[in-house]
Amino acid sequence: MSAFNSDSDWAPNALKVLIAGGFGVGKTTFITATSEIPPLRTEELLTTASVGTDDLAGIAAKTTTTVALDFGRITIDRDSVLYLFGAPGQDRFWFLWDELSHGALGAVVLVDTRRLPDCFAAVDFFESRGMRFLVAVNEFDGAYRHNPEEVREALGLLPAVPIVMCDARDRRSATTVLVTLVRHLLAAPSPAHASSAPTEVGDRA
Amino acid sequence: MTSHSMHRETWLDEAAGRLVRPYTVSAGRTRPTTAMELLSWVVATGVRPRGRLEPDHDVALGLCGAATTVAEVAARMRLPAAVTKVVLSDLVAVGAVLTRPPSPAADPTDRSILERLLVGLQQRL
Repeated sequence: MSAFNSDSDWAPNALKVLIAGGFGVGKTTFITATSEIPPLRTEELLTTASVGTDDLAGIAAKTTTTVALDFGRITIDRDSVLYLFGAPGQDRFWFLWDELSHGALGAVVLVDTRRLPDCFAAVDFFESRGMRFLVAVNEFDGAYRHNPEEVREALGLLPAVPIVMCDARDRRSATTVLVTLVRHLLAAPSPAHASSAPTEVGDRA
Repeated sequence: MTSHSMHRETWLDEAAGRLVRPYTVSAGRTRPTTAMELLSWVVATGVRPRGRLEPDHDVALGLCGAATTVAEVAARMRLPAAVTKVVLSDLVAVGAVLTRPPSPAADPTDRSILERLLVGLQQRL
């Protein structure tokens, strides 16, 4: 008991990386491949004004939505544990991303080149918040292989944003994506110093 | 098997999940008395509160034997994070659980943390 009295060193640093992307793009697969534990799921109950979703005639009804968050864990060393959180892909959960992205080191945006527009929301969100991210193209079997520069052009990504190919099912491949992200975080200027003008929602589409 | 675990089985179903509406657990409360994030740490202090704990408080306390995060407790209890925070903050209030922010000592964008993270991830390749 006395060991817990005042010191905060009874637990390591919990670091957070977000895994974002459209529905079915492989976020949970990616987390499963990299996590040291089977992915866990928690739910957030959210009360929100449902403007622009299912409302009729502009009536903003209060609705309660359950959003499932899958997450995994990687113990780095005695002092740090990395948590990977799958961020819901739908635009209307942006408000949740706000809480999720608080304190996050950076993000992986998973992309299926057959459905590129599915990741616009995530890219827009991270750009507008100055959150550093990379794009990982999940190479599904049988999918047409776009080269990284085609993806960069289609998504309108700045040259500084890394684009990597990956197989989200493969531990080594998915872990390499995380290594690339951390290298990017070490190389890129901190968002606080970057001049990232907020991107208008809908610019990209 | 204890009578307690039998009680749990009554109210949990593998396929359907929880058979009690989540906010029943927190008696309708949605705001924890102690501010917590998904990755806030929690640990049992070893102090056993006087009186009988509600079943969910008892389970939550059992999950805090070693330091863990709010998100992990929520997942293992199959409770929404908001409800789990209320239960855990009740335990904090009676001194049974200690909580701490995710990274109190350091800025998470600190270079030394990122460098150690890089090394740790590379070792997994």
